[in-house]
Order: sequence, then structure tokens, then C-alpha cells
Amino acid sequence: MTTTAPRLDRLPASARIIDPLVVARRNLLRTRRTPQAAVAALTSPVLFLVLMRLVFGGAIHIPGITYVDYLVPAMLIQNVIFGGLSSATGLAIDVNSGLIDRFRSLPTPASAPLLGRSLSDLALQVLATALALIAGVAVGFRFHAEAVDYLILAGLLVLISLSVFWVFAALGLATKNPETVQATTPIFFLFLFVSNAFIPVYTLPHWLRPFARNQPISIFNNALRALTQGQAAARTALGHTTTYYVLASIAWCAILAAIFGALALRSYRNL
Amino acid sequence: MIEVTEVRKCFGDVVAVDGLSMEVGQGGVGALLGPNGAGKTTLIRMLATLSAPDAGTIRVSGVDVVDHPVAVRQMIGLAGQQAAIDGTLTGRENLVMIGRLYRLSAAQARRAAEEVLERLSLADAADRPVRTYSGGMRRRLDLGASLVGRPRVLLLDEPSAGLDPAARVELWSLLGQLVGNGTTILLTTQQLEEVDHLADAVTLIDGGKVVSEGSPAELKDRLGYETIEITVADLAELTLAADTLHSLALDAAEIDRAAGRIAFKAARDRSALAAAVRLLDQDHITVEDVTARRPTLDDVFIALLGRPSEETDAAGRARG
Repeated sequence: MTTTAPRLDRLPASARIIDPLVVARRNLLRTRRTPQAAVAALTSPVLFLVLMRLVFGGAIHIPGITYVDYLVPAMLIQNVIFGGLSSATGLAIDVNSGLIDRFRSLPTPASAPLLGRSLSDLALQVLATALALIAGVAVGFRFHAEAVDYLILAGLLVLISLSVFWVFAALGLATKNPETVQATTPIFFLFLFVSNAFIPVYTLPHWLRPFARNQPISIFNNALRALTQGQAAARTALGHTTTYYVLASIAWCAILAAIFGALALRSYRNL
Repeated sequence: MIEVTEVRKCFGDVVAVDGLSMEVGQGGVGALLGPNGAGKTTLIRMLATLSAPDAGTIRVSGVDVVDHPVAVRQMIGLAGQQAAIDGTLTGRENLVMIGRLYRLSAAQARRAAEEVLERLSLADAADRPVRTYSGGMRRRLDLGASLVGRPRVLLLDEPSAGLDPAARVELWSLLGQLVGNGTTILLTTQQLEEVDHLADAVTLIDGGKVVSEGSPAELKDRLGYETIEITVADLAELTLAADTLHSLALDAAEIDRAAGRIAFKAARDRSALAAAVRLLDQDHITVEDVTARRPTLDDVFIALLGRPSEETDAAGRARG
């Protein structure tokens, strides 16, 4: 006990990289030891996808795109939302257990526990995406775009996942209560259903359409549709070019990350 | 080492800490004693840089907690009221994680974890998930988590809450060793016994203010009485008995005429119980029952805070 801690007021730059990884590792260990929640989160979209395909597949006809090609990209975004809800719950549990207080008393950057959570989330997201795509292909989903589109698709999915994370980080830290987080689920269902995720927007009531067309989930869905189905399908079935949807998605990501990132960090500092 | 000066903290309209000042010297053990809601946890949280005071200054080893929180965090170890460890991780994984966040390298963190596990006799359970630990083991691991960074100052919020008596004694001896190593400790507690065992300076607080401070010995001197209750066999002798015992009583005796009972406070160091029985025997008064009761924590609260402490009852019940 003779070592004297250096009176560093600034943390070494490496802390910003190492500490999130340390926290992410802990989150993943936790998920591996108590996999029940993760398994349910990973398998239910697959079940949902198959059901939607069987139930609505025959009823909904969208010119220029098959229903399964329309649906699978939206399932990837739905995965991001559900994954986000479980990270909000995880953060609220950590606040409740006092673990976040411990982190805050340690010489680690304020962002580390949150970035760590977003990284472990991203890892689960990659798995969820892979599963949903495999299930999608099994029920008829096909890629019709160019190779470069798939690279952009991968990058955009990572960006969306990391940006939307902050919405849920802010939720978990503001409510500090896993039950309250669960109670907000209907809000996210509202965003999912009042979007183009499962049905084209023109089937919605008039007054809902402007919101449904432009809210982030719809924009993200169309970007992924355009990037998997190609430029031609984007123009005829979705209305705008691939570039439009990708740029609009990046704009939404920037807005969500800026607003909710600031809220989350503020909540974290004032816990 | 710890200097708290005129600190004030409000939550909305509630003043949690109200112009509080206190100090703990290098290598000392300071105890914050007070009922629930006295402001103990609020003060510890401010010392641990978890929340900022509205007014006043807090310094740890001369470093201001508001101006230089990162520097302060490198010097402190915090163990809160909850065991803030991850139940799904093993003891070792928990400690290595905390060690890494204390800016230790992977190898240093592993070594520090190993040392702490040995020291807290948790080596055998090191690779078991923490959820399989007993309550006492979890507490020890939580304390261990605050030790992996080799802090110079330990902040312990009710470290022995929820521990059985054996585990409590074990914790006390461990903290005693730490102090031997020069670690400065500030702990909060609701237990006089804990203060007795550990602290060399006690700050009794209530309503966010210092009510009394000093060493445990000084605190006890202020409460240096015991309560003696004597029941006489013959009610007719009650007044005579009260007169006889008058010389021993520190203040006016309470006399229950119906029960034939006299209760009074007597100095603890004068074997007042034996003296009382002897005096009554000289006057040929037959004593039916006699008891002496040492001061309880409730007596402290009544004596110094002017009211009983609700949670002393609760704590008493919890301890069985």
C-alpha cells in the first residue's frame, strides 16, 4: 500500500479506448452467463419474421418489390430497437445495483461505461442481424444490389446501431429503473407500427403519413431496402434514390446521437 | 487527509448537509455516526465525487473534489451500502475489471486482484460466480473492489450493514490492518459498537449538521452512566429507598409507586449496582429485583439528539 497514485488530472488517451472495451467485455461475459434474455431477443425476431411473411405475405402487394424483400430490412431495424431496449434495461439495472456509482468513483472517463455498453450491444446486434438475414433468406429474401451497396449497408447498420443506442442509454439513465424502461416499450411499438416497417405508408390514414414517412425508423428501413434491393427497386417501390435514403439516415443518426448522447451524459454525471 | 469545510447540499427544498465541517487526519479512522437521513451518505457521495456540494469545499489530500475529480478518484476507494459487484462474474473477474478501470495494466490488475483475494480469504471462491457467495463474502469482495486500486483514502458507507456478528468482527480486523498500512478511512455507521472498535474520531451528525464530535472515549464519557432499576418488596419502604439511593443518582430518579420501582442513572465507573444493593441492605430494605442497563445507541441519540432513533429499533430487530 505504499504506491502513491499520480495526481493526474487528465486521463491518458488510452483510457478512452481500453476502458470501454473492459466494460464491454464484462457485459458480454454477463450475457454469456445469463443467456436467457439474449436468446429470446435473438430468436423472437426470426419467429416474428416467419409469421409476418406467412400472414401478411399474401395480403400486401407493393409494386416493384416482393413483401419478403420489403420486410427483412425492417426486421434488422426492429432488432436495433429491441436490442436498445435491453441495453436501457441493462444500464438501469447497473444504476440500481450501485455498479454505475462505483464506475463513477473510478478514474475512468464518464463515457467509458456507456461506450462499453454500446460496443457490447453492437456485438449482439451483429449476431442478431446475421440470424435475421439467414432466416430471411430461408423464407425467400434475396439481395439484388451491387457489391458496394453491401459495404455501405454494413457501415450504415453499425452507424444506426451506435446512434440509436444513445436514445436507450438516455432512457435507462433517466429512469434508473428496469421496470420503468419496460413500461416505455409501447412508445417504441408505436414508432415501429406507425412507420413503413410492415406496410407501405400509403395504407395509413392521411394525417399520419407525413410522420410515418419521415420518422427515423422509416428512413432507416428504406435505406436498408434500397441497399439490399438496388437502385431500380428504390426508385419504383420506395420513391427516392438510394443516396437520398442513406444521407437522410446519416442525418437522423447525427441528430439522435447529438441530442440523446448529450442527455445520456448529463444524466450519467448527475446520477 | 480529508477536509470538509462548511459544506452544504440541498435536494430541492430539503437541506441534506447544512454547513458541515469535519476532518480526518492521515492514517486516521473517522466515523460519521447518525440516524437515517442525517446526511451521512450525501457527504460520502460528495467525497467520492459522485455529486458536487452546493457550497463549501471538500479536499482529499489537499485536492479539491470539484476542481480535480479525476485526481481525487485515483486516491479513493468507495464501498457503498449496496455490494456493487456483478453477480454473474466471478470474484476475480470483478476485481480485475475494477483494477483495469483504476488504470492498472492487465498484468497489474490480475496481480492486484490476486493479492486482494488472498487478503480477504476469498482465494478459494475466486473463480466462482459472485451470486453463489454468502452475504458476508459479497461484502468482503465489495470492500476488496475498493482496494484493488491501492487507494490512500477509503470511503465506506455502512460497511457492516447486514453482516452477522462474526462477519462484522472479521471486517473490523481487516480495516484495522488497513489503517496499520497508513490508509485513511472515513466510514458511516449507525452502530456505537463499530465506532468503539474502529474509529479514533467520531462526528455525530443529524439533520446535516454536526451535533457532537470527539474520540469514542470522549463520546462515552458524555454518556458515562448506566441505568439502575430497583424494585423493593415492601411499597412502604419506597420513599426511604429513594432517599437512600439519592447519593448514587446522577439526576432525579424516576419512581413508579404502583410497581415499587426506582430507576436512576448512575456513573458507570463506580460499580453503582453493588453500592446500591449494599446501601439498601444497611437500611434493612428488602430488594425484590435489581437490574443495571448500559447505555444503548438509543440513549446516545436521546442524550445528544434529544430524541430516540427510529432506526435503532429497526436495526435491533434486524440483528435479532
